[in-house]
Amino acid sequence: MKFLRNNLDKIKPLFVKGGKYEKYAPAFSGIETFLFVPNHTTKKGAHIRDGVDLKRVMMVVVIALLPAMIFGMWNVGYQNMGDGHGFWDYFLFGAVRFVPMILVSYIVGLGIEFAYAIMRGHEVNEGYLVTGLLIPLIMPIDFPLWMLAISVVFAVIIGKEAFGGTGMNILNPALIARAFALFAYAPFMSGNTVWVADSVADGVSGETILGTLAANQQPTTSVYDMFMGFIPGSVGETSVLMILIGAAILLFAGIGSWRIMLATLIGGSVMGLIFNAIGSSTNELFNFPWWKHLIVGGFAFGLVFMATDPVTAAQTTTGKWIYGFLIGIFAILIRVVNPTLPEGMMMAILLMNVFAPTIDHYVIQSNVKRRKNRLLKVKA
Amino acid sequence: MQTMSKDITIKKGLDIKLKGKAQQKLSIAPRSKLFAIKPAHFHGIIPKVVVKEGDKVKVGDVIFYSKSNEAVKITSPVSGEVKEIIRGAKRVVLTVVIVADGQDVYKEFKVEPVSKQNKEGLIKVLLESGCWPFIKQRPYDIIANPEDNPKSIFISAFATAPLSADFDFVLKGREKEFQTGIEVLTKLTAGKVHLGIAAGCNSFLANIQGAEIHRISGKHPAGNVGVQIAHIDPVNVGERVWTIKPQDVAAIGSLFLTGKMNPGIVVALAGSQVLEPQYYQVSRGSQIEPIIKGKISERKNRVISGNPLTGHLLTKGDYLGYYDDTVTVLPEGDHHEFFGWMPFLGNHKFSMSHTFFSWLNSKKEYDLDTNLNGEERAFVLTGEMEQVFPMDIYPMQLLKAAMANDIEKMENLGIYEVSPEDFALIDFVSSSKIEAQDIIRNGLDLMIKEVG
Repeated sequence: MKFLRNNLDKIKPLFVKGGKYEKYAPAFSGIETFLFVPNHTTKKGAHIRDGVDLKRVMMVVVIALLPAMIFGMWNVGYQNMGDGHGFWDYFLFGAVRFVPMILVSYIVGLGIEFAYAIMRGHEVNEGYLVTGLLIPLIMPIDFPLWMLAISVVFAVIIGKEAFGGTGMNILNPALIARAFALFAYAPFMSGNTVWVADSVADGVSGETILGTLAANQQPTTSVYDMFMGFIPGSVGETSVLMILIGAAILLFAGIGSWRIMLATLIGGSVMGLIFNAIGSSTNELFNFPWWKHLIVGGFAFGLVFMATDPVTAAQTTTGKWIYGFLIGIFAILIRVVNPTLPEGMMMAILLMNVFAPTIDHYVIQSNVKRRKNRLLKVKA
Repeated sequence: MQTMSKDITIKKGLDIKLKGKAQQKLSIAPRSKLFAIKPAHFHGIIPKVVVKEGDKVKVGDVIFYSKSNEAVKITSPVSGEVKEIIRGAKRVVLTVVIVADGQDVYKEFKVEPVSKQNKEGLIKVLLESGCWPFIKQRPYDIIANPEDNPKSIFISAFATAPLSADFDFVLKGREKEFQTGIEVLTKLTAGKVHLGIAAGCNSFLANIQGAEIHRISGKHPAGNVGVQIAHIDPVNVGERVWTIKPQDVAAIGSLFLTGKMNPGIVVALAGSQVLEPQYYQVSRGSQIEPIIKGKISERKNRVISGNPLTGHLLTKGDYLGYYDDTVTVLPEGDHHEFFGWMPFLGNHKFSMSHTFFSWLNSKKEYDLDTNLNGEERAFVLTGEMEQVFPMDIYPMQLLKAAMANDIEKMENLGIYEVSPEDFALIDFVSSSKIEAQDIIRNGLDLMIKEVG
């Protein structure tokens, strides 16, 4: 540690103002502050500060994603090979396919972030630590790496940097990557062959539950398998149990908004109940029990890790309730009534990302109105 | 007037438990040889200095007045000789340094019993003596305009900021002065004088006559006068509310009882780097060295005039802030920490978030240093500010409006109700290390300029 620190201090002068590599200062600082929390002291305002910072916050989210990720890699192997193999056989099969996706996502995404930081002369933001892991977790395992790279480029440049970088974006960058991939490379993103690795070559059925339902059949998968995640799907989304562990970590640390999570859950349940009550003889999704909607597809993963993204969610307390509730409503609505888009969660969150500022606007206007009414009461 | 008591419980907030809380023991600090008046301690005042180097001054003699309102005067807290008038860029007066006499000589002000005086007469004496600047106003958190008619006056005698002086203790034995001060204040407003005290307070403060007494409970910032105003009688557009600190109330009382400006103040010397944290009797404007000499550790320290959340940094040879009743000494935090951001590690640090395990031990006292624990970033997390902001205001939206210099939005979102100190906990908890107090001060200054 001391050795590392000494060497950093030795080369630091090259990157300060007037140094040889002055314009690369943000890149140097990005790496330096990753290794060491800097020696910056308070210059104005409060003299003491909370121990938390954005790096710590983002790393908590990364840790919360790990159970789903590790299980997902195992499940990639399990879905391809079926019963009768050991843990490591499954896990390595998945890891060989999934780790390159993580690497591509991080290298491409962070590369762009560093380039923008150097261009604009600002610090590298930590947001991509989470986005970079979320993107591969919501893609099909067989998604070609070059397509993944292009999706990342699109998400980071158009979805984030065009708006001014971390904290300024309107839409969740990870979902932009997935939406981009869905529309640009539809054959690789939908259908019954993409959700299990090498399903065509190995002749494995890769039917998802929502796919089966969209084809107007009730799935035969047990509730236990749905909840545990022994089903085809993107790496991160299948195991509700692992997602719940992640949610517990986020809620314990006080990072994720429990209001958004709960509101989304309520919204999804309400919509599912409505469809169950209506029923349909031509669309089996109407008849799929409401509570099962909550444990299949991307609903749980989106609820815990995507809807709660603080930058793109509603920012007021009341707004969070409305925002979450509507995500739940729209996720199930889109899923059920639009069979070409069985994954409604992504669309619902992106849609509500767009409306989040409007929701906040009305919540805040009511506060403004209250303040003005107080004055009128005094004058009266 | 009948004393009434209304209880208020503040639910939001954060208590920061720091090592080095002042013990309830009072000593007289060695008298400083040097004193100073610094215009920067009186926010918004542009000084017109009336003394020259070499002039002899008594306690209560005018040092400077406000260029925008000549009636508002700052007077000397000590008798002695003006040693130096230090000026900065553009000849702005930074410090008026006074070499103290061995013993104070006081300027006498003609005072009559408060009960026989009217508002105008009282204000005249307050202005002459230099006691007027003790009274501040909302909006803007600046010295009050003596021509205004405030709708109410607020005093908070409930200290919740970390390491801040305990008012029950610092006011001990000054019941008569304090009661007289309250009597003066009641004549300055057509409305009520509100006195906020701790829920468990059993000192004379609980029996003060003439003020409406509110027993307040809750975490910091429940003791902030602004929070109490918001819960009792919030400031609307165009209204004025005055605020004054408890020891300053006693100083006003002392003026009307003795005819002398009383520059004495009891300060808590606190913080983890103070060897024996306790209270000291000093005079306003004292040089800090004689007060802390031999009483603090040998580490690389930061001496703060005020509490760790709102105080200002004192450099070597610097002077106690005019209004400050706390001096804090904390270790400087200019060190690197290898992977210091790793979640759930580093439990010597304190956090409102549960990204450390330290919160599990709620009784633990912390030895926090001045490290920023990160770097400034864009706004990312939401909800953390609201958790420490017990007012009907959206703090993040107000900060953004202030950053954008959007006057109308600031007004709509409640800028008139807040002061920088109300945002001190936001400075603290912000994971993006937003300098909220600074942003709000700039926003308030813009409002003064544009709206007045």
